[in-house]
Amino acid sequence: MNRERTIEVSVGIFVAAGLAALFMLAMKVSNLSALGERGGYTLTARFENVGGLKVRSPVRIGGVRVGHVTAIDYDMQNYEAIVTLVVDRRYDRLPEDTSASIYTAGLLGEQFIGLEPGGSESFLGDGGEIVQTQSALVLENLIGHFLYSKAAEGS
Amino acid sequence: MIGGWLQSLGHSGLCFFVRLGRSALFMGRVAAGLPSLLPLPRLLVRELHSVGVLSMAIIVLSGLSVGMVLGLQMYNTLVDFGTEESLGPVVALSLVRELGPVLTALLFAGRAGSALTAEIGLMKATDQLSVMEMMAVDPLKRVVAPRFLAGFLSLPLLAAIFSAVGILGSYFVGVGLLGVDDGAFWSQMQSKVDLQEDVINGVIKSVVFGWVCSWIAVFEGYDAVPTTEGVSRATTRTVVHSAFAVLGLDFVLTALMFGD
Repeated sequence: MNRERTIEVSVGIFVAAGLAALFMLAMKVSNLSALGERGGYTLTARFENVGGLKVRSPVRIGGVRVGHVTAIDYDMQNYEAIVTLVVDRRYDRLPEDTSASIYTAGLLGEQFIGLEPGGSESFLGDGGEIVQTQSALVLENLIGHFLYSKAAEGS
Repeated sequence: MIGGWLQSLGHSGLCFFVRLGRSALFMGRVAAGLPSLLPLPRLLVRELHSVGVLSMAIIVLSGLSVGMVLGLQMYNTLVDFGTEESLGPVVALSLVRELGPVLTALLFAGRAGSALTAEIGLMKATDQLSVMEMMAVDPLKRVVAPRFLAGFLSLPLLAAIFSAVGILGSYFVGVGLLGVDDGAFWSQMQSKVDLQEDVINGVIKSVVFGWVCSWIAVFEGYDAVPTTEGVSRATTRTVVHSAFAVLGLDFVLTALMFGD
């Protein structure tokens, strides 16, 4: 009986340790605790060029992560890319004239959307559209321009 | 000459399909025997002890050492690019997606699968299974089903423990010894690791591996030639076939889950 009990206790500890490990993977390692789909509102923004932006790329205000990109589509009517993003409910007082730009973290880092709040008195709601946008900086184009201007100087 | 070669090729091909078919039928009978375990939780608990609890030590030690080595090696490379903060996501993603399920399954096949095969095979060799049948006790329900279920349940738990311990090991090396920033380590990890995409898919992988490894182990034991040599061969086959199955399935599952 005593041995049986030891076995039962050790199996109990084993199962508890396994579940605790799963819990840690869910809460501490993955993004469950940070932001879910639950408490967010969606915004759209139109860009000429989204560069290397991807679904799940972060959205930041002043460097603070406030949301992420959920969809990227292309509008064949206006020939613009439409980016849909989810911003956490806590940050629901974005002025209507907020502008969105696509930045790169470091020279080769991932791309993200940076929002700069404007000065309007009314705020963006669920489904609102950010009108002022600035496209991604395409490094190849920049280098191309630089080389051409250098060549033009030389001749 | 050629005829003999062709003949042996055909023979081994037929043998392969015979064994595959027999193992599938066997799996069906074991699955049918699983409900009869419900009134007998004792049997399952005893097997969980020998399969799961006794594998904890090797899993925790391997997880710790894999995590620490990953942390150390990744740091040495990442620090050249000034991105040593991405140590967290690199280690967490590789452990949760690949190394955790795969290495746990390989260790499990060596530590627990071989023991299951040897145990069932020796029961068969010493006619214990026949005796049970004579006493109208179905050995599939009494012996095989609890062992199969214990392996199937243990492996996902062991894989989760492996990944968690590995991440803690790399945290210890990266943050404790090499001086990566504590907050950046966890926050970068949280922003890159997705619950559904990475953690759940890793768990699904380990569930599949648990099923396949336990299936191979109990089938090889039950199907072993009931001699000393036959049992030793069956034990070897368990480890080798489990390793092949895990590595092959891992490729397929990775392509399915993270392919796009």
